[in-house]
Amino acid sequence: MTLTDIVTRPAEGGAGGAALSLRTLAPAIFLAPAILMLAVYLLYPLVDSFRLSLLDWNGLGSDARFVGLDNWKKLASDTLFWEAAWNNILLAVFSVLVQMPIALVLAVVLDNAGRGSRILKILYFLPLLMSSVALGVLFKYFYDVTFGPLNAILDFVGLGYLAQDWLGDTRLALGAVIAVVCWQYIPFYMVLFMAGLASFPAEISEAAKLDGASETTIFWKMKLPHLKGTIRTAVVLSVIGALRYFDLIYVMTGGGPEGASELMATYMYRNVFSSFQLGYGSTVASGMFIIVILIASVLLRFSKRYETEV
Amino acid sequence: MASSPVARATGRVAVPVLGLFWLAVTTVPFLFMVMTSFKSQQESFSSSVWALPEALDLVNYNDVLSGPFLTYFKNSVMVVVISVLLIMLISSMAAFAFARMRFRFNEAIFGLIVAGMIVPIHITLVPIYLMTRQLGLYDSQFALIGPYVATSLPISVFILTEFMRQIPKELEEAARLDGCGPFAIFFKVFLPLSGPGLSTIAIYNGIMLWNEFIFAYVLTSSTGTRTLPLAIWDYQGQYTANIPAILTVVTLTSLPLVVAYAFGQEKIVKGMMAGSLKG
Repeated sequence: MTLTDIVTRPAEGGAGGAALSLRTLAPAIFLAPAILMLAVYLLYPLVDSFRLSLLDWNGLGSDARFVGLDNWKKLASDTLFWEAAWNNILLAVFSVLVQMPIALVLAVVLDNAGRGSRILKILYFLPLLMSSVALGVLFKYFYDVTFGPLNAILDFVGLGYLAQDWLGDTRLALGAVIAVVCWQYIPFYMVLFMAGLASFPAEISEAAKLDGASETTIFWKMKLPHLKGTIRTAVVLSVIGALRYFDLIYVMTGGGPEGASELMATYMYRNVFSSFQLGYGSTVASGMFIIVILIASVLLRFSKRYETEV
Repeated sequence: MASSPVARATGRVAVPVLGLFWLAVTTVPFLFMVMTSFKSQQESFSSSVWALPEALDLVNYNDVLSGPFLTYFKNSVMVVVISVLLIMLISSMAAFAFARMRFRFNEAIFGLIVAGMIVPIHITLVPIYLMTRQLGLYDSQFALIGPYVATSLPISVFILTEFMRQIPKELEEAARLDGCGPFAIFFKVFLPLSGPGLSTIAIYNGIMLWNEFIFAYVLTSSTGTRTLPLAIWDYQGQYTANIPAILTVVTLTSLPLVVAYAFGQEKIVKGMMAGSLKG
């Protein structure tokens, strides 16, 4: 293709047998560590989980009993699992519905905030640096009925009658944890949208302004359509993240009260490490895997089809 | 008229109002955390949530730091540093092969590895737990390194492959003319030129692993081997009603990343946004 290509080719031919075999072996040598790690810690466990799903085993002794598809039949009719899966779906839907609009508004605000925008962006981003355990513990006390600041704030602004036992009430617990998830991840999507807005060509908005278009029109008619691809990516990320959620909810509620905030992952954890049902816990994990992969591939295909159309 | 005066006035008011509103939403929980950490247990029960601490009381900090907190910290540093170095080496080697070598199934293997990004790690939890017990690694810091490296590889290989594809072919050709084999080209040309890509994956994985909870929770059990996120968990079990002490632990565990952030905000924001490649 290039001059160097032509010059190097004879050298390759003349390198001899040893160099040639090194050249053919080289890809294998470079890939070996990555493939080994992934085979041991990702592929094998994945297959093993399906194997364990066919056992009745407490994980301790050697009394594992092969029960075929019994666990899978149990899973299919296990209302606790499906309620947990439904909570994952609710988490996904509300994550998208709450995070996207707020993140978009904040991105537009910072886009127009001038000099203050840098420092605001830096401060908004702080929750993303926190571990979900830290946030889980922090918000457990933030929501506390008696000592928590949330009820104190409501009281202070005259909305004291809205004070609640946020994490202890079966009707509120899931919403309360979803709010924390949104609080943490909104800045992530905000930065994503800011990058999208920054890539909108300034000349086009200048030209539109000269033609008499208002800022509002430019936003709705030009910038928002320009962000379509970014928003789609954000939705996919947010949904996939929500289906796999564990840490924060495990720390804040443990899935309670009475399973009100149970997710597939917390349900799996409870089965394995609290009830010592390794077999059935693995069935839950494998079922979760199938659900996540199905939804993710549908979403990815869907978003890719749009990508090529636009 | 570009925009009506009314619209412009609304914008002028709305921007700072919304900007400050979200600033409050973001910072109030942190203020509560830091303020409470300076209070005594007695004070936290009796005074209002909003009352400033009576004195800049460092008793909680003293208590926590004189306990095993530093062991957790040391374990975190060790596990994260070793894991991140391994991730950088292993993923850059693989990325070099994908970006620059021609071999059968190149695209297919790359696709499979990248698909690893959407696998929920929870399915690997029980098998890895059993494997770790069998290997005799259970409840040691080394138990965490394998899962940490493996789960970070898909996204890291993806980022570095994209990065290495941008490195001009001419540099590689020149090195080859000088008689360099694939290993010399990788170590002398590609690694030095991949600095920005490597720093992105180091920051992203470093932060993710620093905060990692579930593997650490399942694969370690004693104070001597556990990492910082577990410190919060363990202290929570131990102090139960001592909210100021627990929030002191939360503050202290968050401090290292906040300090790092103070020095390189742009880099860290950029590194964290690498997560937007997931899927």
